[in-house]
Amino acid sequence: MREIVVISGKGGTGKTSVCAALAHLASAGSRGAGQGVVICDLDVDAPDLHLLLAPVPRRREAFISGNEAVIDRERCTRCGTCAGLCRFGAVRQEGDAFEIDPLRCEGCGVCFRLCPAGSIAFPERECGEWYISDTRFGLMAHALLNPGQENSGRLVSLLKQQARELARENGAQTILCDGSPGVGCPVISSLSGATLAVAVVEPTPSGVHDFERVAALCDHFRIPVALIINKADLNPAETARIRALAEEKGRTVAAELPFSPDVMRAMIAGKALTETDSPLAGLLAGAWKTIDGLAARADSRKTPNL
Amino acid sequence: MRIVFASGKGGAGKTSVTASLAALWPRPVIAADCDVEAPNLHLFLAPDLAEQTAVTLDVPVLDAEKCTGCGSCKDICQYRAIARFGRKVLIFPDMCHGCGGCFAVCPEGALDTGKRELGVLEEGAFSAVGARGRFLMGRTRIGEAMTPPLLRALLARLETMTAEAGEDALIDAPPGVSCPAMTVAGRADTVVLVAEPTPFGIHDFTLAHAAFARTGARLAVVMNRSGMEGNESGDAALRAWCAERRLPLLAELPFDRAAAERYAAGGLIAGTSPLWEERFRALAEALLHRAEHGGRHA
Repeated sequence: MREIVVISGKGGTGKTSVCAALAHLASAGSRGAGQGVVICDLDVDAPDLHLLLAPVPRRREAFISGNEAVIDRERCTRCGTCAGLCRFGAVRQEGDAFEIDPLRCEGCGVCFRLCPAGSIAFPERECGEWYISDTRFGLMAHALLNPGQENSGRLVSLLKQQARELARENGAQTILCDGSPGVGCPVISSLSGATLAVAVVEPTPSGVHDFERVAALCDHFRIPVALIINKADLNPAETARIRALAEEKGRTVAAELPFSPDVMRAMIAGKALTETDSPLAGLLAGAWKTIDGLAARADSRKTPNL
Repeated sequence: MRIVFASGKGGAGKTSVTASLAALWPRPVIAADCDVEAPNLHLFLAPDLAEQTAVTLDVPVLDAEKCTGCGSCKDICQYRAIARFGRKVLIFPDMCHGCGGCFAVCPEGALDTGKRELGVLEEGAFSAVGARGRFLMGRTRIGEAMTPPLLRALLARLETMTAEAGEDALIDAPPGVSCPAMTVAGRADTVVLVAEPTPFGIHDFTLAHAAFARTGARLAVVMNRSGMEGNESGDAALRAWCAERRLPLLAELPFDRAAAERYAAGGLIAGTSPLWEERFRALAEALLHRAEHGGRHA
């Protein structure tokens, strides 16, 4: 099974628009069993892929992740042990009363276990919802976190696990994931077990800086990286530099896409770019051929010959 | 005064807006980049970053001589950072969240304090256009999954710095609405949501608004890349959304290829033209005016 994760380092480089196009191309190229694609939106903090894919949920589940501490004011003896123990600054003192700030509580349970009066409860934390849906390109695993919720790394892991099960059940060969920006917890979870990372990079100082950080993360986990340079014509000199650097590192540049209002037009129409008559559609089709080939090769290296 | 620039969607323009405002802020200022996973503000303000400090997390280190293998540490750990095989205890420091529970329960004092590096804080000074200011940023170590403790260290340092000299702080927040972004917004006087009026941009903006409204900070909006051909309905939708909730829309910054190219070349958007400079001066004034004359808490 090939797991392709679209990443970017920096947000707003066009990761989701590219991902929707690749999902379309992956589904269009599939003929019967053992092909097909399962789509997975791992950008759980700011999921947008559903705006292009219009998923219809067939399954909907609450996302429970960890627990949170809650002080029972009636039983609290105001001893302050919890405040002394908490390393996250989550215990607030108001007058002589103590209270847990849910935004700061890491759910470690130390206060709950060590409260001498047993006055702290530790209920499960409901952080959002996740879905298995039908889309015109195939099945999709996605989620919505409640506003201000954490534990997105765990949600990413859960969605990937669901996507893998769906792919196995339906004989899909490819899992295509829309990753999240940055290099932290959700991105690390997104990349875990990936066959290939596709980085959508823009030739701007921020774009290049953040790409280099996420590429270092991929190297750390030994995941090969292919590039799509987006908005390439905004800074041709920087684009040339990204290309040269990629060659030096043995990374494939699968496409260079010009800056185009077509991306926004497709977004407004709720379509993948490859479903429009944009000239970008052809470039993306070429990119998918390259990416699919790279993923197949990386996968065959990963799977031991029995 | 502490102003945080945030956005639901990455790439909405919060770093560009923060950088341009810092460069012509009319009062003493500290520019702080809290997007520790993908910090970019320094690329536009070019600070000297003279000082660097490593930020670490206290993690347990086993003293095998003292350990009796009772397993109390394993039982309290919520993060599976401690395992026990028979009477043998194993610690996985990379999994540790630094809650300190194991230290608190070990009856033998068999845990020593070790350090895991989370990243670095860097500080210095910048000078741009007319303004000079201090600069502070954090950078997550590659491979490190935990960002909130580094952020808390960054915010604590920022607090010390502003207490020293009383400058205004302009803070570039991490994107999204998860723990790191909320940690930063929780300390702000004003949260400015930078929003792009595209379908993705508006969707993520509404998520961000729901999350940041809970922090109790005063909210305001800057629309970035308005007036894109074919997106008139997007501009109108964002305006109407703000008006309905009585959210002040402090500026509409139009899409301009010249500004996009200037940004791509590492320049400040405020430096694109005198008109662009004027737009940012007006935005700075609007923010200061709101801070001094109060405004509705959203």
